[in-house]
Amino acid sequence: MAIDSTKFVKSKNIIIKNPLELLSGKILNEYQLTYETYGSLNADKSNAVLICHALSGNHHVAGYYEGDEKPGWWNNMIGSEKTIDTDKLFVVCLNNLGGCHGSTGPTTINPETNRVYGSDFPIITVSDWVKSQKELMDVLKIPFWKFVIGGSLGGMQALQWSFQYPDLIHNCIAIAAAPKLTAQNIAFNEIARQAIMKDPNWHNGNYLEKGVMPNQGLSLARMLGHITYLSDESMREKFGRDLKNSKLGFNYDVEFQIESYLRYQGEKFVTGFDANTYLLMTKSLDYFDPVKDMADTLIKNLDKCSAKFLIISFTSDWRFPPKRSKEIVKLLLDNEMDVSYSEISADGGHDAFLMDNKDYFDIMASFIKESTNGL
Amino acid sequence: MAFRKDLLLISSWIKPNTKVLDLGCGDGELLKILKQDKNITGYGIDNNINNLKLSLKKNVNVLQIDLDNGLEDFESKYFDYVVLAQSLQVIKNPKDLLNQMLRIGKEIIVSFPNMGHWSSRIQLLTTGKMPVTGNLPYTWHDTPNIHLCTIKDFLIFCETNNFEILEQFITDNNQKSNVFTKLLPNFFGQVATFRIK
Repeated sequence: MAIDSTKFVKSKNIIIKNPLELLSGKILNEYQLTYETYGSLNADKSNAVLICHALSGNHHVAGYYEGDEKPGWWNNMIGSEKTIDTDKLFVVCLNNLGGCHGSTGPTTINPETNRVYGSDFPIITVSDWVKSQKELMDVLKIPFWKFVIGGSLGGMQALQWSFQYPDLIHNCIAIAAAPKLTAQNIAFNEIARQAIMKDPNWHNGNYLEKGVMPNQGLSLARMLGHITYLSDESMREKFGRDLKNSKLGFNYDVEFQIESYLRYQGEKFVTGFDANTYLLMTKSLDYFDPVKDMADTLIKNLDKCSAKFLIISFTSDWRFPPKRSKEIVKLLLDNEMDVSYSEISADGGHDAFLMDNKDYFDIMASFIKESTNGL
Repeated sequence: MAFRKDLLLISSWIKPNTKVLDLGCGDGELLKILKQDKNITGYGIDNNINNLKLSLKKNVNVLQIDLDNGLEDFESKYFDYVVLAQSLQVIKNPKDLLNQMLRIGKEIIVSFPNMGHWSSRIQLLTTGKMPVTGNLPYTWHDTPNIHLCTIKDFLIFCETNNFEILEQFITDNNQKSNVFTKLLPNFFGQVATFRIK
């Protein structure tokens, strides 16, 4: 068996000094990107894969840090002899700008003021991310991406790559994504933001300077988000109406298992995530609307795009249900792109894109293998 | 296998550099051949996940869509050809589907196993049971084939619905026509293939 090159990975940092002009008009003069790579770039540089992460993800997509018990967030998909095979492919994943796992974001010191950015950190959009990912691509001397792959908000970045740099992407896999958010999607995001901004420790986003954290708000936002990632079926199956204790307590303590689970998820989340980043990520989702933003450019760019697309949705996903993926398929068909679409039977809801599922993995593997023949 | 030969005939009807939609594309063989030989732009539709995997392995574009209500999204006259090879009998509403096919395609190609073949007739006559044949190997209660028809049935169906038949080819399972299939197609034909506008 091949040596698992994703075992004991280390993250790397790079400072980008090309000023980044953001969609908002603001400019980031200099920023750090934190990233990880797995496998190695082959001699003709034709095997690079970009993985784009979703709302709460980060650059640690596969493998283990030395001493860690838990691997990266997509370790079931990526690794030696796995669906995204790091024996053949050179996989790159970075922490998105505005994140809180190493790349420049709201928790970073603003070099111009020598204070933590906090709420001064500009809102970053999906197209801004793609621009910054292109900078990293240039640093790593990658001429094109064999694949750009992502789920949820990551899928939107994968799509944006084909719209923005149509000649730099050979294959695009967008999983459990949508071409833009619906009013319902935005509504959920707004409640999450309100939960954070109504926390007494919020201080207009400058909580770090005050030495406090809006943890109540952030954990509420996460609890709400978490419900939308699961399906009714999976929650019933996992928790049903099970009680923590044997009897009803006739009070407002945690009684049902689902309550306990959600609270745990919320509390766990706040230890590793920044509230300003959460706000930024949800805004980035809300703003994503390439068809409207790019209009004629999008059509012109897709004209230059020879990428093959694989769009995947999950039957029980109600955050970005199959019909949203079909909208992407329609957009691509209307522009005469090579596109395939699969609707995977799964109970896991939106989070199904992170879970083991034979059909899902087989579909990915069939598409990837066909496109990597000869590598 | 009869199926492959059936595809060869269909392929001979398709002009190079055209856009083709193959409904119920199975393992993607037809589109693969057409892509190789005729440089077509093709998409397959199939609702079976295993067929999807097979098609993807052949570098064929394939969409997992239910044929009974999934074609609305395609623009009118988007395709030069819409093909329905040996799947007419599994469709819930053949009339609606053919109308959709004619809306999104400039021409459509439909093939199906002929229930009017003498072997089916004799089976029903002599055994009194629903025919089970090589082309239609299922028992009546456990079959995907819910709308079987004879060539005669299909001709009446086209006439009633104003589907204009451009060409037809009635053959045996080896995709050959002979004196018998020409003389009495509905009695000797095993596979019928129609080009319709």
